[in-house]
Amino acid sequence: MSASGPRGIFPHKHLLGIEDLRPEEIVMLLDRAEEQVAVSRRVEKKRHVLSGRTQINLFFEASTRTQSSFEIAGKRLGADVMNMAVATSSVKKGETLIDTATTLNAMRPDILVVRHHAAGAVHLLARKVSCSVVNAGDGAHEHPTQALLDALTIRRHKGAIRGLVVAICGDVAHSRVARSNIIALNALGARVRVVGPSTLMPKGIERMGVEVFTRMREGLKDADIVMMLRLQRERMNGSFVPSVREYFHHWGLDQEKLDYAKPDALVMHPGPMNRGVEIDPEVADGPQSLIAAQVEMGVAVRMAVLESLAEQLPND
Amino acid sequence: MIPTPLTRRATDQPPVVFRNARIVDPSRDLDAVGTVVVAGGRILAAGPEALNQGTPEGAEVVEAEGLVVAPGLVDARVFIGEPGHEHRESLATASRAAAAGGVTTLVTMPDTDPVIDDPALVDFILRRARDDARVRVHPMAALTKGCLGQEMSEIGLLGEAGAIAFTDGRRSIANANVMRRCLTYARDFGALIVHHVEEPTLAGSGVVNAGEFATRLGLPGIPREAETIMLERDMRIVGLTGGRYHAAQISTSDSVEIVRRAKDRGLDVTCGVSVNHLCLNEMDIGTYRSFLKLSPPLRAEDDRIAVVDALADGTIDFVVSSHDPQDVETKRHPFAESADGAVGLETLLPAALRLVADGRIGWPALVAALSTRPARRLGLDGGSLKPGATADLILVDPAVSWVLDRAALLSRSKNTPFEDARFEGRVLRTLVAGETVHRYRDA
Repeated sequence: MSASGPRGIFPHKHLLGIEDLRPEEIVMLLDRAEEQVAVSRRVEKKRHVLSGRTQINLFFEASTRTQSSFEIAGKRLGADVMNMAVATSSVKKGETLIDTATTLNAMRPDILVVRHHAAGAVHLLARKVSCSVVNAGDGAHEHPTQALLDALTIRRHKGAIRGLVVAICGDVAHSRVARSNIIALNALGARVRVVGPSTLMPKGIERMGVEVFTRMREGLKDADIVMMLRLQRERMNGSFVPSVREYFHHWGLDQEKLDYAKPDALVMHPGPMNRGVEIDPEVADGPQSLIAAQVEMGVAVRMAVLESLAEQLPND
Repeated sequence: MIPTPLTRRATDQPPVVFRNARIVDPSRDLDAVGTVVVAGGRILAAGPEALNQGTPEGAEVVEAEGLVVAPGLVDARVFIGEPGHEHRESLATASRAAAAGGVTTLVTMPDTDPVIDDPALVDFILRRARDDARVRVHPMAALTKGCLGQEMSEIGLLGEAGAIAFTDGRRSIANANVMRRCLTYARDFGALIVHHVEEPTLAGSGVVNAGEFATRLGLPGIPREAETIMLERDMRIVGLTGGRYHAAQISTSDSVEIVRRAKDRGLDVTCGVSVNHLCLNEMDIGTYRSFLKLSPPLRAEDDRIAVVDALADGTIDFVVSSHDPQDVETKRHPFAESADGAVGLETLLPAALRLVADGRIGWPALVAALSTRPARRLGLDGGSLKPGATADLILVDPAVSWVLDRAALLSRSKNTPFEDARFEGRVLRTLVAGETVHRYRDA
């Protein structure tokens, strides 16, 4: 389906993960996001498809950029957006996630955007509330809108995704971005590699349809896209990798390693970046970097997702 | 034999005769159609010729054609909230659930609040059981003070108070020297050490079996080696000390091999498996169903098959429910943050009968693992229908099909991994010391 083609109906009540989507549904969301890119570039950005609707951004884990992106997306579509940071308050009082869900449900939101530090938490919430739920990242499980925005970014810059070699590099074990991207990119016909030290590689990852590399130069060879992942600081200092210095030396992306990829290879990062840990500042800010473009696509993708889910909402 | 804490009014009970039942009594290698006669709280006769002595006067005669009579189940791993967490389960509610499941003896774990590491607390459990419980209750006491894995508990005094074995319950003893001292010291008392085999640092923050499924769910995994390393270590220490040892639950094919080798070497070693690990695998977790979050975690299908085979060939000695009641406050969380454990007293036998239905194991081998062997290993009454034995028995209809309704469970907590599961086989009646403590409908 192309951007100008007939619109399909998105058949899901929630967006909990890429795993639940069929390839044509991913393409449909990307096509819809293309339209939203155009909307976002206009002077008059406001649309009214979510007028009268309430969107609650429920973030159990701090995330400035994802939360702002969802907030802008909702507001551009006319929704009343409310941000709730529950990282500390109710959890400290001993309230369970389901209690929180019950309370929120009573406020009758139409869409809940949820981030939680535990894998599966968003699924649990979705079973307990009556509105639509969007997964904005659950533990090390999925981050579907990130995968969609990455796919959109790649498609816009490369024209197509099928046949591209994408190397996802770094802390794959703890990365929801990696999981969602592996599923999305595989579904769209890319050849996906994962690259990183074995301590940061989850068991059985090869059965998700990826090639596994532990050395950057081999993993990046002839890659079209180099997708770097954020390394959490607590994973350094001997538990997973011996030191920042050693990690950067072997797995940090600098120009020398990037040169093993295709000459027109593009560099991505979900942010926020640790410059000098997983990526060299010159590469991060260099001509091959798509990192700023990803942020723009993030708003468009989230608008597309919210709009698609809104069509499923009851109208009475 | 340790005397039962249950004070039964055995002699007040009218005699009961079960006619034409299939009698499964592994203690005598008996699997035959015949009659079981119960009188005065004991088995008067059980076998094809049992009626030769005639029917006792005033006996209730039960026509049991097509039904099975077997020794009552001896569940060697039951967590109860009492003391400390009675809102999850008390001895009273657990014993009701046990009776409904055909469990006539339940063995409680010491990691309560407070931990059962003092003779007075053993006495508390026994007295509370005497007053409240419908079935026999025997406590295991803590192996180390506070179940903290550091200082050995008073094994001698606790044993005298009535503790039937020593364990730290859910916890493993990481310190090999502490385990060595415990096994050495316990040997002087003939005490059995029961251990949860999981190397805690290797298990780390894992919550499911390490592998592809864990990776897809984005959950931290526990490698099988967390179990095998601890088990292998323990076998070496048992060899060093000559102690009596029981691995509470094993869950992998490699663990089966380790136990088999230890037995071949003549070590005094046994092991158990939970019915959950016999019937479920990691895929049953589905979309983060926290009722299937267990310790050890549910493993892959080939490990499940391996433990089923090891049960059938006798390498695995006991099947336990690992009954672990958890309330909504501990289970209604995202998978990784919810507590481990599932209730199981009422589903122990029906779930295990799936293996019989699949042809993986016969009734005699199953009853041996659910009753006869645990009773023998723990030195308890029960596990036998031989004349003179205490009349702890169950009447089972193996042909009843039913669907588990979680709300209908008698346990105070409802965290069952078998919600809405279809079972074949149901306990119709449970007798403890000749007294009927549970009856399904009009059985």
